[in-house]
Amino acid sequence: MLIRRPSDILPSEITPRRFYERRRELMKLAAAGSILGAAGVLARSARAQEKTLGLQKLENVAKSPLSTKEPLTAYKHVTSYNNYYEFGTEKEAPEVYGKRLKVRPWSIVVEGEVAKPRSFAIEELLNFPLEERIYRLRCVEAWSMVIPWVGFEFNRIAKLVEPTANAKFVEFVTAYQPETMPGVRLPVLDWPYTEGLRIDEAMHPLTLLAVGLYGEMLPNQNGAPIRLVVPWKYGFKSGKSIVRIRFVEKQPKTAWERANPNEYGFYSNVNPAVDHPRWSQKRERRIPDFFARRETVLFNGYGDQVASLYAGMDLKKFF
Amino acid sequence: MSLSPKSVSALKAIVFVFALVPLARLAAGALFFPDWLGANPAEFITRSTGDWTLRFLLAALAVTPLRKLLGWHWLLRFRRMLGLYAFFYAVIHLSSYVSFDHVFELAEILADIVKRPFITVGFTALVLMIPLAVTSTDKMVRRIGAKQWLSLHRLVYVIAPLGVLHFWWMVKKDVTEPAIYAAVLAVLLGYRLVAKLARRRHRAGRLPHGPAVEPRPNA
Repeated sequence: MLIRRPSDILPSEITPRRFYERRRELMKLAAAGSILGAAGVLARSARAQEKTLGLQKLENVAKSPLSTKEPLTAYKHVTSYNNYYEFGTEKEAPEVYGKRLKVRPWSIVVEGEVAKPRSFAIEELLNFPLEERIYRLRCVEAWSMVIPWVGFEFNRIAKLVEPTANAKFVEFVTAYQPETMPGVRLPVLDWPYTEGLRIDEAMHPLTLLAVGLYGEMLPNQNGAPIRLVVPWKYGFKSGKSIVRIRFVEKQPKTAWERANPNEYGFYSNVNPAVDHPRWSQKRERRIPDFFARRETVLFNGYGDQVASLYAGMDLKKFF
Repeated sequence: MSLSPKSVSALKAIVFVFALVPLARLAAGALFFPDWLGANPAEFITRSTGDWTLRFLLAALAVTPLRKLLGWHWLLRFRRMLGLYAFFYAVIHLSSYVSFDHVFELAEILADIVKRPFITVGFTALVLMIPLAVTSTDKMVRRIGAKQWLSLHRLVYVIAPLGVLHFWWMVKKDVTEPAIYAAVLAVLLGYRLVAKLARRRHRAGRLPHGPAVEPRPNA
C-alpha cells in the first residue's frame, strides 16, 4: 500500500470546506459557465507526451529527495512563457529573441567578502556533481509551474570561496549584452538586473544554481547557461544568466526594489497573506490551467524547510 | 466618398462578421487548438478581449472626426455597432476575470475592485457602458429624446480614458502599448475639443456674418 508522506499533501490540494459544501452548485456553475475552459483542459491533457529542444543531455544526474512529486509542467510551456525582460516584456519574447544570447565563453566572478575570490568557468561548473530538483515555481503574477531543474546547491560555491564573517548578504548580477538583448534599449529596469539574498537564505540547501532543465542544458530563455533558483520566493528572485556573485555586508538593492519599492520588497517570499498592490496573492493558476483554483501556500509550500529562517520576523513589514 | 444605402448595408454585414473573428479565434483555441493560446490561455483570453474592447471604443470614437474631416457621412451608420462590440468584448473580458482568475469568489472580487486602482477604473468603465448599451436602440433614442440621449452618450468621453488608464496601470513596467492607445485617444478627443472651441468662437460673434455653424451631434 502506498502511503503518502503528510508533507506531500499540500494544504492547497485539500478541498476547502466552502467548496465542498457548495459542490453541487459549483458544478452547475462550472458546467454552465465554463464549457470553453473545461474543453480546453481536456484537449491539453490529451497530449501530455514531452518534446524538448534536444539540447545537450546532462550526464550522471542524481535524483533528489527534495523534489516534489507533483505532475511536471510541459517543457514547451516552461520554455515559451517566460519573464526575461532583457529580451522584451512579452512572455514569448525570450523564446524568440533569447536565441541570440551569447552563452560561450562564460564565467562567473565570485568576489567581495570572501577569503578566496575567484572566477569559475562554466565548463568547471558543469562538472560539479549535478542533481535533478523538481521544484514548484510561483510567479508574483499569480501563476505557477512545476519544473525539473538540474543543478547544484549554491552553498557548494560558497564553500570554495570561503565567505568572511562580514558576508551578511549575497548579490547576484546577471548578464548585460546590449548587442544580443533588444529589451535593454528601453529603461524598463535599471540594467543589469540584479538580485539578492540574505546569507542564510543563499546557503540554504534548497537554493540552487541550475544549469539544466528536463535533463538537458538550460535553454537561453530560461536563463542559460546558469541561473539561480529559490523555490520559496517569487520567481523574479531567481536571477537568470548569472555573471557575478558578490558577498557583501550591507543588504543590496535589487532591480525590482529600485524600480518600484512599494511593490517589490527584498525578501519577496511567497505569502498569500501579504497582498501585492497589483495582484491578489491568495490563489494561483497552475500553467496551463484555465482556472486559478489553487490556494497559494506560505513559502510556496516549502515552509517545513525554510520557515525557521524568518522566526520572529514580521513578514508583512519585511515583504 | 459617398455610398448608396445598399452598399452601406453590405459593408455593415461585412464589418459585423469581421468583428467576430477575434472571438472565433479564442473559442477555437480554447476548444481545439491549445497552442494558439499558449501556456496561459486564460490570461490570453483576458488580454485579447481587453485589447479588442479598447480598439472598438477608439473606432467608435473615430467615427465623428473621420466623418467631418472626410465628409463620409455614412460612417455614422457604423457607430452603434462599433460601440456595442466594445461592450460585447468588455463583458467577455470581465467574465474571464470573474471565472478564470477568481473562480466566482464574489468576496475576493469585490475586495479586488476596491483595493486595486486598475481594477477599480476598469470596472467603473464597464459599469458606465451598461446604460449606453441599453439605450442603443432607435426605440430608446425616441423614448428618452435625442437631446438627453446625446448627453447620456457623452459618457463615452469618461469611459474611454478610464479604459486606457486601466490598461496603463495594469502593465507592470513597460507602458509602450498603453501609450499608443492613449495617443490615439488624445487625438480623437483633442479633435473634439478644438472643434468645440472653434464653434464657441463663432457663436461669440467674432464672425457675425460667417457661415452658420449647425449644431451637430458630436458624441
